[in-house]
Amino acid sequence: MANKIPRTPVREQEPAVRATNFEEVCYGYNEQEARLEASRCLNCGKPRCVEACPVSLQIPRFISLINAGDLAGAAAAVAEDSSLPSVCGRVCPQENQCEGSCILGIKGEPVAIGKLERFIGDWGRNTGSLKVKCKPANGHKVAIVGSGPASLACAADLAKAGYGVKIFEALHKAGGVLEYGIPEFRLPKAGVVAPEIENVKKLGVEIETDVVVGRTVTIDSLMNEEGYEAVFIGSGAGLPRFMNIPGENLNGVVSANEFLTRANLMHAYDDSYDTPIYTGDRVAVVGGGNVAMDAVRTAKRLGAEATIIYRRGEAELPARREEVHHAKEEGIDFRMLTNPVEVIGDDKGWVKALRCVRMELGEPDESGRRSPVEVPGSEFDIECDVVIMALGTSPNPLIATTTDGLETNRRGCIVADENGATSRPGIFAGGDTVTGAATVILAMGAGRKAAAAIDAYIKSK
Amino acid sequence: MLAENICLMDVEAPRVARSARPGQFVIVRVDERGERVPLTICDYDTDRGTVTIVTQVVGASSARICALEEGECIANFVGPLGRPSEFVYENIEQLRGKRIMFIAGGLGTAPVYPQVKWLAEQGVKADVIVGAKSKNLLIMQEEMRAVAGNLYVATDDGSEGFHGLVTQLFEKLVAEGKSYDVVVAIGPMIMMKFVCLTTAKYGIKTIVSLNSLMVDGTGMCGACRVTVGGKTYFTCVEGPEFDGHQVDFDEAMRRQAQYKTIESRKAKAVQEALEGHKCKVGLH
Repeated sequence: MANKIPRTPVREQEPAVRATNFEEVCYGYNEQEARLEASRCLNCGKPRCVEACPVSLQIPRFISLINAGDLAGAAAAVAEDSSLPSVCGRVCPQENQCEGSCILGIKGEPVAIGKLERFIGDWGRNTGSLKVKCKPANGHKVAIVGSGPASLACAADLAKAGYGVKIFEALHKAGGVLEYGIPEFRLPKAGVVAPEIENVKKLGVEIETDVVVGRTVTIDSLMNEEGYEAVFIGSGAGLPRFMNIPGENLNGVVSANEFLTRANLMHAYDDSYDTPIYTGDRVAVVGGGNVAMDAVRTAKRLGAEATIIYRRGEAELPARREEVHHAKEEGIDFRMLTNPVEVIGDDKGWVKALRCVRMELGEPDESGRRSPVEVPGSEFDIECDVVIMALGTSPNPLIATTTDGLETNRRGCIVADENGATSRPGIFAGGDTVTGAATVILAMGAGRKAAAAIDAYIKSK
Repeated sequence: MLAENICLMDVEAPRVARSARPGQFVIVRVDERGERVPLTICDYDTDRGTVTIVTQVVGASSARICALEEGECIANFVGPLGRPSEFVYENIEQLRGKRIMFIAGGLGTAPVYPQVKWLAEQGVKADVIVGAKSKNLLIMQEEMRAVAGNLYVATDDGSEGFHGLVTQLFEKLVAEGKSYDVVVAIGPMIMMKFVCLTTAKYGIKTIVSLNSLMVDGTGMCGACRVTVGGKTYFTCVEGPEFDGHQVDFDEAMRRQAQYKTIESRKAKAVQEALEGHKCKVGLH
């Protein structure tokens, strides 16, 4: 019986070794391992995994093609629904999506769908076997703001449909959060991100970096002066949140965005690059999401003793399970049910400790998670040199405030319907800029829906 | 080269030149290994599609910017960033009735120039005090003279103009009967702090332009956090200009020095490599 085979383990760098380098943690499957794992799939008639996938990847189909040894066929099947399989295979929260709904997971371990997606994405890229055909150019131009997952997915679909697509990116490098946010050890830049962006460019998509929409140009100038008939806003959620507690502007308190941007985009961990980064000896990272895990593991790799401070319990950690597991293996200290109330500084204005209170879990809140309640009189100090705030992000208001008539909600997110249409005709939006910080795959799904809506909009004009 | 370790260059950047307004800045990444360095816009020419920037050597990246030869390329040049100066949005008639004093310290002369020039183009003559440690560190005197109402010069060592600090010169002018409705001070943090302490005595509204640390310059990292009137602001998107009387300068100065030891270590290595090299870019 196929389902008697245990889940195929994946090879990884030794924890003690990888905690000192920035190379990728997980090596992924080779062909033999992938085919063995693929053989576990039951090929369900009504696949629950596909329903749970934000881009409805044809999971049983590509897995059965891997099982049959038709790797080119499997790669083509994946490419129909996803332009970034190597990325998603690495960063999707599979346990809440495809793998979380796998029938095999009820009694045992689900099929390693993420690892198989990564395998086939990498295989397709490395063999260069994928030839995607574009429809002939239709003469219509679409501008895309930002070059993260939502934008790349939208751009790829529009280019395939024959549109002239140009992406405007504010930073000096394309990729958005894939470049500045997610670290090298989880998502290699030169090996994975750059080639996936190159593939989008091969479809004819142009990328102009160093353009801040809202400052260098505006949405209206793109439409009125540069001849773009529609615009897709995929500018993400880049604005970091702080706690608004005393001492937060002391030297040594940084946002996770700043810390990770210095490390990832600016290569600050490499002495041959100019950008500095500071960890001191002890780093406290506040938060429990993927970004917090990325920050704490980066700090560890830079030589610091690194601790996660999270106000709820371990079961409530919003990070991918694999990241928490990897972080623990690497020696990250987890302080659960702990909430900072003040950052304490020394006489020169540098961080010396984080004052916290203990929490206990009370009644479930509107998110369904049990909300943490402060234990009275439980104040204590955690000594540290750097505090990294990883509390989530919200959309940058720059575009909304420079585009008349573009509606936003009270959280600063652009209001868009399920197809990405905003309050202004011809302007579409999707990804974190609409939902607030979420996942790569949800952003890609939104980008694809918006591409279809833009196609329909321009055709109906 | 304008002065020791200070160089001026014109950069071809049509999109930036078209959108730039007084008070805004750019971020420059000189090459693949460079930092993203925020630099003030010193002038812009929409027809030529050029933006003029002034750089002072303070770290490894700015050293390499100043080592560029004419005709060479900068890897990345993004802007205009930050909000334009408030007066850009003011009613011109009201603006013409205002007595405005600009106080520029050292490199601060560069960002003051496009503001004074813009006002002159609208028929508003603003007075300007330019201060520097010494005569050889004074920059852009001729350009400034052409657009300013009265131009006053102060040097710490008395090698040119008034012998003393810009604040002392300002107080002397006020004592002689000059009065101003608004002061715009741009220069080192410590100078802006003391200008604000001085103008507060006279109750004169004072605008300062902060040169906080930045990484992306688009509101993404928060490195440029500054406390103004007890609230935290991001200099890159909500500034760089703020009400100087509300700014917590002591915090701003402490935050600005955060990476000093790491930066100077990296800069030293680059400086040694460049030894003997003379900056020739955009010699004016």
